Amino acid sequence: MKHNSFLGKDNSLVEGRVFKVSRRDVLKAGALLAGGLVFGVGLVRCDSKKNEVTYLTPNVYLKIGSDGVVSIIAHRSEMGQGIRTSLPLIIADELGADWSSVKIVQAEGDVKYGDQNTDGSYSIRMFYKPMREAGAAARYLLIQVAAKRWHVPAEECDTENGSVTHKSTNRAINFGELVEEASGISVPPGEIKLKEQQNFKLIGKETPIVDLHDIVTGKAVFGADVDVKGLKVAVIARCPVVGGSVKSFKDGNAKKVPGVVGVYQVKGAGLPATLNKPLAGVAVVADNTWAAIKGRDLLEIEWEFGPNASYDSAKEIAELTKSISSKGVVRRNRGDFDKARKNAAKVIEHVYVAPHLAHATIEPPAALAIADKNSCEVWACTQNPQGARKVLSEVLEIPEDKVKVNVTLLGGAFGRKSKPDFIVEAAILAKESGHPVRVQWTREDDLHHDYFHSLSVQRTIATIGKDNKLSGWNHHIAYPTIGATANNSELQPSDGELGLGATDFPYDVPAVRIETHDAPSHLRVGWLRSVRNIPHVFAIGTMMDEIAEARGVDPITNALQLLGDDRQITFNGEILNGTYPNYGEDIANYPWETGRMKAVIERVAKESDWGRKLPKGSGLGFAAHKSFLTYVACVVEVQVNENKVTIPSVHYVVDCGVAVNVDRIKSQFEGGAQFTASLALKSAITFKDGRVQQNNFDGYQIIRMSESPKQIHVHIMDSDGKPTGVGEPPVPPFTPALCNAIYAAIGKRIYTLPIDLGA
Amino acid sequence: MAKYSININGQTHDVEAMEDMPLLWVLRDVVGLKGTKFGCGKALCGACTVHLNDNAVRSCSLPVSAVGEGRITTIEGLSKEGEHPIQQAWEKFVVPQCGYCQTGQIMNAAALIKRNPQPSEQEIEQSMQGNLCRCGTYNRIKAAIISVTSQPK
Ligand code: FES
Ligand code: FES
Repeated sequence: MKHNSFLGKDNSLVEGRVFKVSRRDVLKAGALLAGGLVFGVGLVRCDSKKNEVTYLTPNVYLKIGSDGVVSIIAHRSEMGQGIRTSLPLIIADELGADWSSVKIVQAEGDVKYGDQNTDGSYSIRMFYKPMREAGAAARYLLIQVAAKRWHVPAEECDTENGSVTHKSTNRAINFGELVEEASGISVPPGEIKLKEQQNFKLIGKETPIVDLHDIVTGKAVFGADVDVKGLKVAVIARCPVVGGSVKSFKDGNAKKVPGVVGVYQVKGAGLPATLNKPLAGVAVVADNTWAAIKGRDLLEIEWEFGPNASYDSAKEIAELTKSISSKGVVRRNRGDFDKARKNAAKVIEHVYVAPHLAHATIEPPAALAIADKNSCEVWACTQNPQGARKVLSEVLEIPEDKVKVNVTLLGGAFGRKSKPDFIVEAAILAKESGHPVRVQWTREDDLHHDYFHSLSVQRTIATIGKDNKLSGWNHHIAYPTIGATANNSELQPSDGELGLGATDFPYDVPAVRIETHDAPSHLRVGWLRSVRNIPHVFAIGTMMDEIAEARGVDPITNALQLLGDDRQITFNGEILNGTYPNYGEDIANYPWETGRMKAVIERVAKESDWGRKLPKGSGLGFAAHKSFLTYVACVVEVQVNENKVTIPSVHYVVDCGVAVNVDRIKSQFEGGAQFTASLALKSAITFKDGRVQQNNFDGYQIIRMSESPKQIHVHIMDSDGKPTGVGEPPVPPFTPALCNAIYAAIGKRIYTLPIDLGA
Repeated sequence: MAKYSININGQTHDVEAMEDMPLLWVLRDVVGLKGTKFGCGKALCGACTVHLNDNAVRSCSLPVSAVGEGRITTIEGLSKEGEHPIQQAWEKFVVPQCGYCQTGQIMNAAALIKRNPQPSEQEIEQSMQGNLCRCGTYNRIKAAIISVTSQPK
């Protein structure tokens, strides 16, 4: 992960400049309108020739018109985390804009915006400072002009609600009137002053999402909602086994369906399946979705299934459970675990099994493409428009500047929509058929052909010394790695995957040994919200509860004791043949601070009234985990009735540094608990004969309202620290807290997911 | 292919479609109303919920030939500009995350309070059970519905 600051030391990108709107620009904006995809208001406002609007564009994220309209570019993808609101409000706050009239314009994929890969919970972490600087730079320019006009010192001026103000003389002037002049000056190096935290008007408050009204009135535009003239819809029959191909097919009956206009073979990547190319299949292109679906049902395809045709996930779990009992490849080592084990007073050892998981966003993948041999334009629900642009340029063999990737809203993503395979499908079919083509995935397509979160088998061994302290920790890990999707010879988890909760085991234990085992991949492995933290923390967090029990201490006291003194952990010298990735950040800038972790744990004990008496069959469970540089502690309350689990309450305490949009932090944690409740209690993907056995939401279940956690309390620590992400951090600690609560309620330990108390 | 005259949001639309084409695709692909969403196609997720004579139905599983004289209401016709109390409550509680499931949730909730203006919490859960939300907005949905039902009439 590279960090770009967009306002270099020399302020090279802070260029004030006015440009006149050309006729061509107006036409282009008009074309976009006809295309049906408009976020906010049009890109240009030009009422008549006389009234041409000029703009101050101090950087790529901001445009202030002489009509006073402030447009802020949302350059990252909106998938429910609220980023189209939270990043722009940072600019608006520093600028002193009138938030209620700010226009949000969604950026297309272009390197000029910096990183657009909306993934890894790093939008706020990476862009908090650049956004503040972008707003502050514009504020500086506007104040200079106003101060000069009023003959007052610039220091006496401020900005507020879209105007520069001079309090002592009670004067105010709208930004629009300053635009022309402001564009003639630039910001001298070192002159950008950021606001003091106590002067924030938007940061740290609760701001409703900018798309709220469009969403509740049905006007919001998602991946499948873009229309253009002459549009055709394609659905694709993909080989049910990953890496297979089409041997032959007959399309006679499909073509008889009224509305079907063509049938095309789609060449797949084969093996390795890759993280960006389509699977092999046959596409039916039709006037409407229903005709395409019906046509597809009538295709007669003979597949060449390839080497994954015998893949059976239940067998794989059995095999890995066997192989994980042996010695693995050591990935982190501290002290001498074997000695710790030999001298232990108590040894606890368990095997943990978790299934494959699908993302199952309620919006299945969909993308629209217009393409010929020279150029391509797509509209897609993509997390990674620059990545899509790159692969489209490769596949279509055209330069990147001939590829335009427009980003719609994403109807959920969780990592699935960072893969552009579905966009490539649309582009290939558009080029081949000569029509604009929307590829529509069905729910069955989505569950059969996802980039799955892969199953895992783990073994943990904890040793307790004669002094009743945790003396040793040994964690064995096996799962098909993400790396295998691009390279089939990869059999072991990468350092990056292990750095998600395994090698960053933070407890102050004299002996730590993390070992990994081979696990071949027979599916497309991708990443799902919080990625490997899901299985790692399931095993660690439930084992911690057993360690507390064996030591005879309360689980929260246990965690506080094991974290040890307030200090910064570096893992230096302990990661074998690698370094601790720290989510792409230098550990000197984002240290692992045990004090912050202890603080969230202490607070969750207080907020949840930890230790309170509960009726029979009820219990509280605790887990804490730092992921994506955010510290989270979680207490789950359960009620178990005839093996049925209900969750009356959840308490989260989160330390994510400065809280930017408090309401969206809360909603990410509320949703995170629900999302994870699905994973813990309901969801599993299984393979037999190389095929996924679940077809729709009847087979692959996710939580429904009546069974969902009821009261989710989110407590945010006051902080002026660097802000960190909140999209993924709610997920990891929830499952172990839930499992521990079930143990507290009915005395049953959970080693296999999804939880089945009847088993 | 057959011709149908269907009443959508108070207007009659003459459409030509296969008899078994689900109303969902008639709305989205033929009439061009995109507020109704596709999530599963099998009446399992509720994203496609619309009203047929004030009752919530899954448009993905209702063939166009079965609509007959029925009045169809979609999110676009629920109110002019989002004035329906359920929509207002959704805004007040900032219910949506990604938003994709929300038009279906709103249509289902609107049908519920029409049929039963004072539902208990349990009745709300039962009625909303068919609408999945992967982002996990269930508690805000419930709070928004409760706020509407407890408003003095
Ligand atoms: S799309 Fe109709 S219920 Fe899911
Ligand atoms: S808000 Fe995203 S699926 Fe419900």
